[in-house]
Amino acid sequence: MPLTLAVSMEQPPWRLSGTVYGTLLNHRSALAALAAAVDEPPYCGAPRAPVLYIKPRNTLAGDGDSVTVPAGVAELEIGACLGLVIGRSACRVSEARAFEYLAGYLIVNDVSVPHPSYYRPAVRCKARDGFCPLGPHLTAAAAVADPDALAIRVYIDGRLCQSASTADLIRPAARLLADVTEFMTLAPGDVLALGAAAPAPRVRAGQRARIEIDGLGSLSNAFAGERA
Amino acid sequence: MKRGRVAYAGALHAAEPQALSDGHAGVRLADGRVLAEADVVWLPPFEAGTIIALGLNYADHAKELALGAQAEPLVFLKGPGTLIGHRGLTRRPAGAKFMHYECELAVVIGRTARGVRRDQALGHVAGYCIANDYAVRDYLENWYRPNLRVKNRDGGTVLGPWLVDAADVADPGELGLRTFVNGRLTQQGNTRDLITDVASLIEYLSSFMTLAPGDVLLTGTPEGVINVEAGDEVACEIDGLGRLVNTLVADSAFGRD
Repeated sequence: MPLTLAVSMEQPPWRLSGTVYGTLLNHRSALAALAAAVDEPPYCGAPRAPVLYIKPRNTLAGDGDSVTVPAGVAELEIGACLGLVIGRSACRVSEARAFEYLAGYLIVNDVSVPHPSYYRPAVRCKARDGFCPLGPHLTAAAAVADPDALAIRVYIDGRLCQSASTADLIRPAARLLADVTEFMTLAPGDVLALGAAAPAPRVRAGQRARIEIDGLGSLSNAFAGERA
Repeated sequence: MKRGRVAYAGALHAAEPQALSDGHAGVRLADGRVLAEADVVWLPPFEAGTIIALGLNYADHAKELALGAQAEPLVFLKGPGTLIGHRGLTRRPAGAKFMHYECELAVVIGRTARGVRRDQALGHVAGYCIANDYAVRDYLENWYRPNLRVKNRDGGTVLGPWLVDAADVADPGELGLRTFVNGRLTQQGNTRDLITDVASLIEYLSSFMTLAPGDVLLTGTPEGVINVEAGDEVACEIDGLGRLVNTLVADSAFGRD
């Protein structure tokens, strides 16, 4: 299956590789939302290393694409994240030089079926077709003065439902890149989503979600019920 | 038919098995050259798309790790950077107490699968190969467990040597698996003991995600995982698929102190 993406890359020759990595519980509000459960079984403590997951190629979608709400699921979670687009092979990157490895940024909507437990990987909830809209385009790294101070806003049917900031990440962009590339190399065109705030806004079939990030534009997707 | 991908003399080549005149295993490149296994660089035998791995899919291995029955298959995904080919080198981080191999049947999708029923599922398979899916248990945490630091390390997933056509595998549910560490048999199992068999896995996965050609399912490992150390040679065998060899190396080989 050729990888087709409706994301226009305005800065050739940068292209997405098709691999998108997400980061769980990297926004302070997301960890705080778990409250005392963090220290209880099955978790028994806050994450020590970055907790990552993959949004595979079948999940990729672009600005304007419709996302399917599966039959039997009432609502989906919107995971509004800043996405780092890797510009050159990044292995054992230091925090001080991490930004040299970036091509730029885009908005990631890490869509999920709500799941109460984070103990096991949630592939069935996070890797469904179309569950990772990206866009609206790549914003060059040089065009973003401070990626650690970007406001993120989520609108459902035009109503502001979440307001967050990349200033509240547990591992800001450079630190996360350093910690991740200690054990796995990121390739040009890979996307690393920095993590969403909690509580995640929810959408039902028939609604539209729009995510805005300062300087990156907005990513808008309609949600439609699954046809029988 | 068995198909491999190798690098030799400045180019990538399609390769197939060819016994050498001295009886040793060799390869025949598409251009006719016949070479010893050790004289080529082996790549994973196909361009992998989404890499889908199963945990705890043999009852004996789940028991070995003292884990109970599962409500649904334990699935996790891996990135392309973790893949290496036959005879590749895998870094063993210094200080880790328990790093182990996992010999697994790898199932390669050949035809797009979405909402496929179990009885039709094997028709979507292009072929099979051997996977050795390393884990470093020291890094296990209880968040999306097992997480990428455990299972998605650079060079931690060995695939090959050959992609064997599905037509040449009579029954993927009746294949013996064996792992040898420095020549000593340490792991043995059979795909007949899979908790979720190949067809059921394709049915389960394709019920919520579209599987595309090149996507690969690593179906889990039986009991018999032991710690391996830098310098160890690990060979995984599966009936009819060949022998996948890999060597552990220390941090120093990667310029790490």
